[in-house]
Amino acid sequence: MTEPRHEPTSTSEPPQASAPPQVAPPQAATPLAAPPQEASLPTPHESLGGAPLAALSIRGLAKRFGEKIAVDGVSLEVPSGSFYGMVGPNGAGKTTTLSMATGLLRPDFGTALIHGVDVWAQPLEAKKLMGVLPDGVRLFDRLTGEQLVTYSGLLRGMDREVVGARVPELLAALDLQADAGTLVVDYSAGMTKKIALASALIHAPRLLVLDEPFESVDPVSAANIRGILEGYVASGGTVIVSSHVMDLVQRMCSHVAVVAGGRVLAAGSVDEVRDGSTLEERFVQLVGGGHRTEGLEWLRTF
Amino acid sequence: MVAHLLGLKWRLLLNGFKRSPWQLVGMALGLLYALGLLVLLVGGLIALRWADPEIAHTVVVLGGAAAVLGWAIIPLVASAADMTLDPARFTTFAIPPGQLLTGLAIAGFIGIPGLATLLAALGTVGTWWRSFPAVAGALLGAVLGAVTCIVLSKVVTTATAGLAASRRFKDLSSIIVFIPLVLLGPIMLGIFDGVRGSADYLPGLARAVSWTPLGAAWSLGGDLESGNVAAAGLKFLISAATIAGLLLCWHVLLQRALVTPPYSGGSSKRGGKLGLFGLLPGTPAGAVAARALIYWMKDPRYAASLVIVPLFPVLFFFSGSQSGSYGLLMILGPVTAFVMAWSICADVSYDNTAFALHLSAGIRGLDDRLGRALACLAISLPVVVVFTIGPLFVTGEWQWLPNLLGLSLGTLFTGLGLSSVISARYNIAVPLPGDSPFKKPPGNVAQTLAVQAVGMGLLALLLVPELALVAVQAFSGGPEAGWINLAVGPVLGLILFAAGVRLGGKWLDARGPEMFAQLSVNR
Repeated sequence: MTEPRHEPTSTSEPPQASAPPQVAPPQAATPLAAPPQEASLPTPHESLGGAPLAALSIRGLAKRFGEKIAVDGVSLEVPSGSFYGMVGPNGAGKTTTLSMATGLLRPDFGTALIHGVDVWAQPLEAKKLMGVLPDGVRLFDRLTGEQLVTYSGLLRGMDREVVGARVPELLAALDLQADAGTLVVDYSAGMTKKIALASALIHAPRLLVLDEPFESVDPVSAANIRGILEGYVASGGTVIVSSHVMDLVQRMCSHVAVVAGGRVLAAGSVDEVRDGSTLEERFVQLVGGGHRTEGLEWLRTF
Repeated sequence: MVAHLLGLKWRLLLNGFKRSPWQLVGMALGLLYALGLLVLLVGGLIALRWADPEIAHTVVVLGGAAAVLGWAIIPLVASAADMTLDPARFTTFAIPPGQLLTGLAIAGFIGIPGLATLLAALGTVGTWWRSFPAVAGALLGAVLGAVTCIVLSKVVTTATAGLAASRRFKDLSSIIVFIPLVLLGPIMLGIFDGVRGSADYLPGLARAVSWTPLGAAWSLGGDLESGNVAAAGLKFLISAATIAGLLLCWHVLLQRALVTPPYSGGSSKRGGKLGLFGLLPGTPAGAVAARALIYWMKDPRYAASLVIVPLFPVLFFFSGSQSGSYGLLMILGPVTAFVMAWSICADVSYDNTAFALHLSAGIRGLDDRLGRALACLAISLPVVVVFTIGPLFVTGEWQWLPNLLGLSLGTLFTGLGLSSVISARYNIAVPLPGDSPFKKPPGNVAQTLAVQAVGMGLLALLLVPELALVAVQAFSGGPEAGWINLAVGPVLGLILFAAGVRLGGKWLDARGPEMFAQLSVNR
C-alpha cells in the first residue's frame, strides 16, 4: 500500500508556473497520500478524453429543497489524474452537488459514478474509493486529533498497524504533530480543517473530494496541503476541490467547472475555460452580476 | 444611548417570540410558570402585612439576601446568563462607558427574571403598608435591592467571562449543576427541617444579615416601621455604597474585558496516546465502541447522564426512608437498566453532523449500531447488576434476586436493541455538541415526544414476558417464576438485542443520507 513514489515532482508543477510559491511536497507525506493505483494513469496535461474511465462522472444530478431548486441537472466528467476545481458564487450549488456525488445527500435525479461504481447503487464500494472533506459539518471533536484520524481509518476497516503507521506521518505533513494529543474541540478553525483533511486522506483513496479545503488555513499550511495534493495528483490520484479563490484555482488546477444557479456554465481544462483572460475575469463574465461600484460616494468623504 | 440599548433589548425579546409557534408555546408556558410563582410570592409578601413586624422583617431580609445570592450564583453555574446584550458585542461601537453601564443595567430588568425580581421586591412595599415612613423605606429598599441583584450578577458574569468561555469550565459546571437539581427534593426537605429546628435563631440571623451588603436594602422598611431611623440611615448608606462599589467593579472589569477578549485556547499536547482506540478491537464496530465510550466520559451531555446514575440509589433510599418502606428500592435495578438503555436512542442525534464521517467512511449500519450498543452495555451492565443486588442487602428479600436480575438484564438488552432501531431512524431533539445539557434543544420537540412515547410503549410490550413472571411471583409467592425469569430475561433480551441491532443497521444502510439530512437541519 505504501509504495514510495518514484518520480519526485516532474509532473507536479502547477499549470501556471507564474511564481514558485509552493513548498516542496514533504517527502514523508507523499507516499501515504499516494493512492494504490496503477502507475500508468495519465497525468493532468494529457488526460483530456484520454482516460478510459472518469474518476468522477456526474450525470444530470438535480436536487430541490422545497421551492428552491439548488442543483438543476449538473453533469461533469472529472478525468482520472486531474486536479479539478469547482468555482461558483455563494449559493451556486457547489456543496449540494458535491454532497450528492459523495453519498451524503440523496439526489432527486441523476447518478454519480466513482471510477465506474455507482455511488447510489453500491454506496459502500464507492465510498471506499474516495476521501471526502465536507464543508460545514462537525467533527467528533471530543477526540484528540490523533484519535480522530485513527478513528477515521478504523471505521473504513483498515488494519490497526497500517493506521498506526500512517497517522503520525500524516499529522507531521500537516504541521499538526505538536497538537496530536489536543482535543479537536480546542483546535483553531484552520487546524480543524487540516485534521478533517487528514481524516479524508488516511485510507489513500483514489479520488479526493474537498469542499473549501483552504478556508481559514494559514498560508504555510495551505502551501503544504497544495504540495501534498499535487504530489497525489502526480502519482495518479484525482482531486476535486470547490473554492472561491480564483487565483488559487487558476494556479493549482488542471481543470475547472464554473457553476452558478445550480447549473454548469463552463467546464473543461483551465486554459479552455479562461480562454485567454484570467479565470477571475472569465468567471465574472460568465456569472454576471459584477455590480459597478456606483453610489457609496459618502464613503469617500470621511 | 441608554434608550437605544433598552430598545434593542426589547426588540430582541420580542423577536424571540417570532421564531416559531412552538417557541411561542414554550415561552408562554415559561411565562405562566413565572407568573404563578410571582403571584404566590407577592401574595405572600402582602399577607405578611398582618404578621408580627419581627417575623415580617426576618422573612423579607432573608428572602432578599437569598435573591441577591441567587443572582450572583445561578448565572455562573447554570451557564444560563442572559448574554443577549453581551458587552463584548459592543466593543466596536464607541459607546461612552457610563452610558453603556446604565443602559445594560436597566436592560437587565427587561426579561422574565429581571422583571420578576423587581415586582417581587416591590411586593415588600405591601408588607410594610403600615406607616408612611415604612412604605417609603420599603419602596427605596426594593429599588436598591433589585438594582443590587442585577448589577451583582453583571459583575460576576463579567469577571468570570474568561473562565466561562473556557471549555473545561463549561463542561464541568454543566455536569456539577445536575447534582443539586436531581437531589432537589431531599435538599429542600433538609432545609425545611433545619429552618423548623432553628426558627428562634432566624430573627438574629436576619438582624446580622441586615447589616451586610446582602440584606441592608431589604431592611429599610422594617427598621423605619420600628422607628430605628439611625439604623435605617446607616443601612441605606451601606446599600448605596454597595451599588456604587459594584458599579465601579463592573466598570473596571468591563473596560478590561472590552480590550482583552477571553482567550479560550488550551495548551497543546503531543500525541502518542490512543486511549481506548488502542485497547478495543481494531474493527469498525470496535472503533465505534471506543469512540462512544470516550464520549460517555468526555462529552458533558453523556457524562451528565452518568453523573445522575449514582444518585438514583440516593433518591430511592431517601423516598424509602421518608415512607418507612423500602419496597421501591427493589426496582432500582430495572429502572436503571431502562434509563441507561434508553439513553442511546438519541445517539445519532448527539453526533449531529459529525455523523457525516460514518456516512462518508461507508461503515456498515450493523457495525455502527453494534459499536454504540456495546459501549453503552459496557458501562451499564456492571451498574445494573450492582443496583439489582445492592438493594437486597437493605430489604433482605433475597427470594426476589433471580426474578429481579432476569427483569433487569431483560430490560437492559431489550432496551438497547430498541434504542438501536429508534436512533437509526428518528432524529431526537437534543442539545447541540458543546452546548450545556440544560440548553433547550433546537428541533422538533413534538416529534421527539411522540417517538419517545411510542418507543416506551413498545418497550413495555416487548417486556411483557419478564413483567408477567414478576407478577406471578408477587401473587403466588413461590420462587419458581423467578428462576424462569432469570433464564427468560437474558435469553429473550439478547435475541431482541441482536434483532434490534440488525434491523437498525439495515435501516441505517438504507436511509443514512436521509438521517444526515435531518441532522443537518439542527446545527
